[in-house]
Amino acid sequence: MIRLLPVLDRKLLRDLWRLRGQVLAIAFVIAAGSALLVMSTSTYAALDATKRAYYERTRFADVFAPVTRAPVGLIERLRRIDGVTAAEGRISAFGRVDLPGAPPISARLVSYDASAAAPLNGVTLSAGRMIAPGRSSEILLLDAFARATGLGPGDDITVTADGQRETFRIVGTAYSPEFIFAMAPGEFVSNDARFAVIWASREALEAAFDLDGAFNDALLTLSRDADLLAVIETADRLLAPYGGAGAYAREDQTSDRYLTEDLEQLRVMDRIMTPLFLGVSAFLLNVVIGRLVQTEREEIGLLKAFGRSGGEVGWHYLKFALAVAVLGGVLGWLGGLYLGARVSALYSSVYHFPFLLYDPPVRALGTSILAGVASAGIAAVLAVRAAAALPPAIAMRPPVPPDYGGRGSLPRWLDQPSRMVARRILRAPLKAALTIVGIGAAMSLTVMMGFNAAAVDEMVVRSFDIADRHDVGVTFTDPRGRAALFALGRIDGVQRVEGRRDVPVRFVNGTSERLGSITGLSGEAELSRALGADLRPLDMPAGGLVLSQSLARLLGAEAGDEITVDVRTGSRPSIALPVAATADALIGTPAYMDEGVLGRLLGEEGRVSGAVLMVDSARADAVTERLREAPIVLGVSLQSESLAELDRMLDEGPGLFRRIMMVVSIVIAVGVVYNSARIAFIERARDLASLRVLGFTSAEAGYVLLGELALLTVIALPVGGMMGVFLWIVVAQAVSTDLYSIPTVFDPRGFGVAALTVLISSVAAGLLVMCDVRRLDLVSALKVRE
Amino acid sequence: MRTLRGSRRRAPDAAPPEAGQRHEDAFVIRTLTKVYGEGTAAVRALRGIDLTLPDGELTVLLGPSGSGKSTLLNILGGIDTATDGEVLFRGVALTGASQRELTRYRRAHVGFVFQFYNLMPSLTALENVELVAEIAPHPVDPMEALALVGLEGRADHFPSELSGGEQQRVAIARAVAKNPTVLFCDEPTGALDSRTGTEVLAVLQDLNERLGTTTLIITHAAATAAMADRVVTFADGRVGSVACNEDKARARELSW
Ligand SMILES: Nc1ncnc2c1ncn2[C@@H]1O[C@H](COP(=O)(O)OP(=O)(O)OP(=O)(O)O)[C@@H](O)[C@H]1O
Ligand SMILES: [Mg+2]
Repeated sequence: MIRLLPVLDRKLLRDLWRLRGQVLAIAFVIAAGSALLVMSTSTYAALDATKRAYYERTRFADVFAPVTRAPVGLIERLRRIDGVTAAEGRISAFGRVDLPGAPPISARLVSYDASAAAPLNGVTLSAGRMIAPGRSSEILLLDAFARATGLGPGDDITVTADGQRETFRIVGTAYSPEFIFAMAPGEFVSNDARFAVIWASREALEAAFDLDGAFNDALLTLSRDADLLAVIETADRLLAPYGGAGAYAREDQTSDRYLTEDLEQLRVMDRIMTPLFLGVSAFLLNVVIGRLVQTEREEIGLLKAFGRSGGEVGWHYLKFALAVAVLGGVLGWLGGLYLGARVSALYSSVYHFPFLLYDPPVRALGTSILAGVASAGIAAVLAVRAAAALPPAIAMRPPVPPDYGGRGSLPRWLDQPSRMVARRILRAPLKAALTIVGIGAAMSLTVMMGFNAAAVDEMVVRSFDIADRHDVGVTFTDPRGRAALFALGRIDGVQRVEGRRDVPVRFVNGTSERLGSITGLSGEAELSRALGADLRPLDMPAGGLVLSQSLARLLGAEAGDEITVDVRTGSRPSIALPVAATADALIGTPAYMDEGVLGRLLGEEGRVSGAVLMVDSARADAVTERLREAPIVLGVSLQSESLAELDRMLDEGPGLFRRIMMVVSIVIAVGVVYNSARIAFIERARDLASLRVLGFTSAEAGYVLLGELALLTVIALPVGGMMGVFLWIVVAQAVSTDLYSIPTVFDPRGFGVAALTVLISSVAAGLLVMCDVRRLDLVSALKVRE
Repeated sequence: MRTLRGSRRRAPDAAPPEAGQRHEDAFVIRTLTKVYGEGTAAVRALRGIDLTLPDGELTVLLGPSGSGKSTLLNILGGIDTATDGEVLFRGVALTGASQRELTRYRRAHVGFVFQFYNLMPSLTALENVELVAEIAPHPVDPMEALALVGLEGRADHFPSELSGGEQQRVAIARAVAKNPTVLFCDEPTGALDSRTGTEVLAVLQDLNERLGTTTLIITHAAATAAMADRVVTFADGRVGSVACNEDKARARELSW
């Protein structure tokens, strides 16, 4: 078969085979970059598509309008608002679930009309059946909670709502677009086992909350061209007489906000990291292929001497580059496909999607091959053009060494092999610099990923070990006086109690708005604190707000500004407050105020909505038991659980993503180091063979080659470290989201892992090349013309 | 570092440790064969060579292209291995020696001069010579070795700044600098014109006579035979004839 091909193509095949080690290494570098591209593009696309489809299929509301108590008849008027396509009134309230042996769990109770043809915020059954019409004892349970607690259809569950205990029968478990992230009130970490969502029949909840013929939560869907703000305004006006708490858009809904932020982070990874990785690997390919073509100078000269045109010769080498690029692109696409499917499946289970729309990213195949082809092709064209531009006779001679400058400047004590190393570097400083930058660039990706991983850890540590040091968080059914705190303090095993006041508000600064809450902190708080930029606890100023930096950024506010705070509870005052300071909160977008000041503003001085406790771990079970007996407790969160849950969340989705990127960066680094070594070997094979003939041992000859590489690698380490720091400075900002502010910390471990990667791959590449040196054909090296 | 002058015969401690006594013969070759490749693609480069090369002699190897001259020289020089037969260097078998032993042999005893010089392009003329002197047990002062080939004035020049003949003389200086027991030259004048070629040959003859280095020269210029102690002709992987010159010509008188 090979005989049928034109001679040059036969040469191409032989070259590919001869250089198979490098061809594979380069292909892997391309594959790594494009696998990342395919993975991140397809993961984001899949999750985004899944989210949209899920929202649409379940008719997820566009506007949520909580109200104290509005007559059912009002729904019709809401529906007639311009732009509203559907409206529903439901009952939504908090209750408490008691499971044997567990601290109280807060629950969200939602009325659900199972007989409706197309209910808004429709649930999708994962097990069991729907609530049968007229069966007020039947409920559906959120699938995630059911899984986390082991409950299922057929089990009973005891719910305390509005002071009354009632037992329901679970008939099914379900997914809901509203609770993709399910968060207990006052929590910023989703913990499946600590928050129950219960759908019950309307009758059951009407009775429990005394809402006959009324609703306290309206859901609206809008047409595509609807004016969201106008709808919200109209809805607020209609609901105001009934205690409307302020309608809000879907983007302010907790679950959607978390999901959006998470997806946004994925998109940032895709938009920033992928081009970065592709860019670095393209640059490396440029270097590698350029040098590879340079080692073929002689052949290029010969081919031209025999009358082949520069174009023909160029095309020949371009085909070489293309073959490698296509190989890498296809490998990368397949790898990316596999990774993308796995990562999105993982994400979709973290997100509790009932289904996943993962389409093989066909377009990404083109992009990934194109990216490889572009980077490899450009490199080949440039290098070949340089070589083909030379008259054949000159191309066939090695490049004349430029003036060595201070030829006598090398110290006398240097032995000759070391001189060869030094001269090679001094003679072609640009080439050496390129190798250094190449290895450094490859390393910088690993450094950056190391920083990234360390920063995520740091974020968790700062949040849990420095800012929030309590063991147990307690939410009360409604704001209570200080006596509640004393009662908690008397529980045996509770070492410290601090009250908390969480007030749901809407922050308004000019045109920027954000739903959130203000946390009242007491001056002597030690368990739950706001941290300044220096990680020291902030003293709460007497007259103003302390905004987390993330919230300040969202609102476009800074210290000294005055913003409006619409309180969404109680008498719902609207207050103008100065921003006194900003705090360094890494998770969520909290805002803080002095507890006393906050109480006075609300006219509810001394009231707390919850407490944080420090608990003697030996008596934690006893404390749990006492909390179960306290009717004022709505729910309890355990900090250790939240931490584990946050770790799990960060580890599963984004963590896997980061680990894959880490691996990709390592593959790139190894590929580059190996290629650098191999090319150096090819360039010097003849010299090395001559050395061997002259009586140098393989090790001595190898030193001439590896000494150079080792020197360049050692220089590349700090260079790569610095490049990594620079990359991280650029990227850290971008990977932060509203929910997670990734601190720009420079963990030495980031350097360590990267340096180790480069060193290990250098040693491995060195050993591989040493095998080549040992196998050198001494006789043939003497036949080849210099 | 020992100097060249006055050391016509090498010191006894320069002999390989394995070879205790002096030998009259540098190389004894018995039924040496070399086959490249296998099966139908096999090429029999050497088909049973029997040859003895006495110590201190200058031997010229003649023969048509492809007759196996380089193959023999490479085996004697320890950079290639035989398929069958035996090579004794001063009574010690080279055939069957390990790579490590062959390296040690090359390092201590062998000087090479090749058609294409094989200098290190990144080292100056002097440094190219020092390269070998550094690892040899009994080296000659590299500057002196350069002086021997008349290039002391070009010590600081890089190979790319020297002519072909000058590069070849540096290569010879490099080979000589280790004070080798045997010197192998594969077409040392192949890339040179006749006049430059005779200069290079004169240097080789001079070295052979002054230092007693056993020298083996492969050449296509039959005229070179006149300057040799012994002329071996090759044909088709076999020794065709061996002749001894009673009356050697001076290299400078040759021309081809
Ligand atoms: N690596 C090899 N593989 C196969 N055959 C080889 C190899 N090296 C040499 N030969 C063959 O061995 C034979 C002898 O080659 P050798 O190089 O010894 O010839 P030579 O006498 O030095 O020729 P020339 O005068 O042209 O240099 C030739 O037929 C050659 O084709
Ligand atoms: Mg030959």
